[in-house]
Amino acid sequence: MSDSNDYAVTLKGVSFKRGSRSIFNNVDIRIPRGKVTGIMGPSGCGKTTLLRLIAAQLRPESGEVWVNGHNLPQLSRSELFEMRKEMGVLFQSGALFTDLDVFENVAFPLRVHTKLPDEMVRDIVLMKLQAVGLRGAIDLMPDELSGGMKRRVALARAIALDPQILMYDEPFVGQDPIAMGVLVRLIRLLNDALGITSIVVSHDLAETASIADYLYVVGDGQVLGEGTPEDLMNSKNPRVTQFMKGLPDGPVPFHFPAPDYRNDLLGRR
Amino acid sequence: MHKRSLFEQVGLLGRAAIDVIEALGRSALFLMHATFGRSGAGGGFQLLVKQIHSIGVLSLPIIVVSGLFIGMVLALQGYNILVSYGSEQAVGQLVALTLLRELGPVVTGLLFAGRAGSALTAEIGNMKSTEQLSSLEMIGVDPLKYIIAPRLWAGFLSMPLLAAIFNVVGIWGAAMVAVDWLGVYDGSFWASMQSSVDLYDDVVNGAIKSIAFAFVVTWIAVFQGYDCEPTSEGIGRATTRTVVYASLAVLGLDFILTALMFGDN
Amino acid sequence: MQTRTLETGVGLFILAGMLALLLLALRVSGLTVSTNGDTYRLYAYFDNIAGLTNRAKVTMAGVAIGKVTAIDLDRNSYTGRVTMELEKRVDNLPTDSTASILTAGLLGEKYVGISVGGEEEVLKDGDSIRDTQSALVLEDLIGKFLMNSVNKAKEE
Repeated sequence: MSDSNDYAVTLKGVSFKRGSRSIFNNVDIRIPRGKVTGIMGPSGCGKTTLLRLIAAQLRPESGEVWVNGHNLPQLSRSELFEMRKEMGVLFQSGALFTDLDVFENVAFPLRVHTKLPDEMVRDIVLMKLQAVGLRGAIDLMPDELSGGMKRRVALARAIALDPQILMYDEPFVGQDPIAMGVLVRLIRLLNDALGITSIVVSHDLAETASIADYLYVVGDGQVLGEGTPEDLMNSKNPRVTQFMKGLPDGPVPFHFPAPDYRNDLLGRR
Repeated sequence: MHKRSLFEQVGLLGRAAIDVIEALGRSALFLMHATFGRSGAGGGFQLLVKQIHSIGVLSLPIIVVSGLFIGMVLALQGYNILVSYGSEQAVGQLVALTLLRELGPVVTGLLFAGRAGSALTAEIGNMKSTEQLSSLEMIGVDPLKYIIAPRLWAGFLSMPLLAAIFNVVGIWGAAMVAVDWLGVYDGSFWASMQSSVDLYDDVVNGAIKSIAFAFVVTWIAVFQGYDCEPTSEGIGRATTRTVVYASLAVLGLDFILTALMFGDN
Repeated sequence: MQTRTLETGVGLFILAGMLALLLLALRVSGLTVSTNGDTYRLYAYFDNIAGLTNRAKVTMAGVAIGKVTAIDLDRNSYTGRVTMELEKRVDNLPTDSTASILTAGLLGEKYVGISVGGEEEVLKDGDSIRDTQSALVLEDLIGKFLMNSVNKAKEE
């Protein structure tokens, strides 16, 4: 019981396969409630898949995914849609609805799930946009926004229903330093102000380490290391060290597996 | 070695067959969920109106222009042949029957696949690749109901209307060419048409054809978009597949329907 | 404002489509014959129906008054039985009326023409027309013509 109080999300022995390729093999992850947890790892290691498992857009091969005391794989389709109201996701591309303007985008979850009168919807939308600093952009269409602004609008939309869990999928990719700084501040601010549990999936080391209270490093379908950013920096595990320090060669080799270089050049097979 | 490769080939064939059947099953389930599920998000009517606009109204220019030209060409060609038998007034009958029974539904179906079908696939594929569908799901809205269902219904509704407009414009174009230009007596033009065209056999059967084509083309277009690989190449391939599959389906289905409707006459 | 124009466009589109369907029904197919309920049925037996088809017109004095609904072979008399649906308002056909299979133009479609007889009694639903004239069969005609010329040649 205390488990579900301290931890908003718990993955127990989760395995997931895509086709015949195993992406996660018996993974255990616990996300502490009310904190910012970073999930890091090299590109293509299945970080986004992990988010989709928590959001129940994918079903694990085996294992349990507990969110707020519910085991997601056992819920029905309609129960899942109910559960998702308690979660918000900021997608990599922002995923704003291109045929709606900024106001309608942020208002969308409110219109779908609540029967609030129009003035109240407007007030809430203005508050959320004010929080991300884009109240002035209320009448713009998504294609008039820069990449960073799109993500901030998407963030306003993700918090429109005041979710308990907020997930960020690669929030720092392709952002200029200013936009990156804004996002880093926003994530921390929203987490502390609203008491949200935040999960940041990223491979941008410095930014993630600067805001995360707790870090997981995943790779090869397993959890390679976990702990506070300082713990991981001083880790003895060579794979964690390579990732944290950004070394080009190490347990993850620089070279793709290949036959002997000399033989290959001389044409001997 | 030879034996094994043969064995592998049989395996490959089996795998391909399983893939095809799987895709068919997936698309049928998809259709069921989308058409018969309850619409969760409000404003279903608004969504439908918006889609009829982008699917039906925006397809209108191409339908009207091609209908006009096809009717005019039919009249011209028909006249040149019929005049040598001295029965040029039958051009009205020729044009009306050809348009109502075959060209109306079929050409509309093909144009619809090219204009609206490809646009549908690209739009939905784009929504998938920009994670709009996923984010709808996360907001707790079923994209099948919010995105797919209105588009399906708009397609089902729009295409029969487009086919009817195509027919009327085509017949009007034929009348212009035959009566005003070639000098066929307009009384016998319309009389030959009215005496040979039957409401049930020709008008209604043609409408049934266009409803069937609407169903198939929209279904293929929407499913290809929803099922596509969410990359720009994937969307491009899916769009091509939509046009190819939908056109083939229209032509194949046309033969089957024609055989059922007019085969035992 | 934008939704307003959108809705108007869609409304006009649906209206245009409906209008097109209506035009097809009225103007193109000439929606006149075959309103069920006010028709009655007559039979006619022909030696040769030669190319008459279902849905062919039935006319009187050139005016369409009904259509052919079925054609089958009468086993007993070895004749072709044609079933016709005639409009109720033409209920004054004498019993000795004649039915003949005619052709519209040289290559046109076959239809049934009815000529009026002189009896007092009229045909009722389910009655048969006995006096019929079969279709003109081109082969027979040519055959007769040839026989005639052969006979003439013999006489000379």
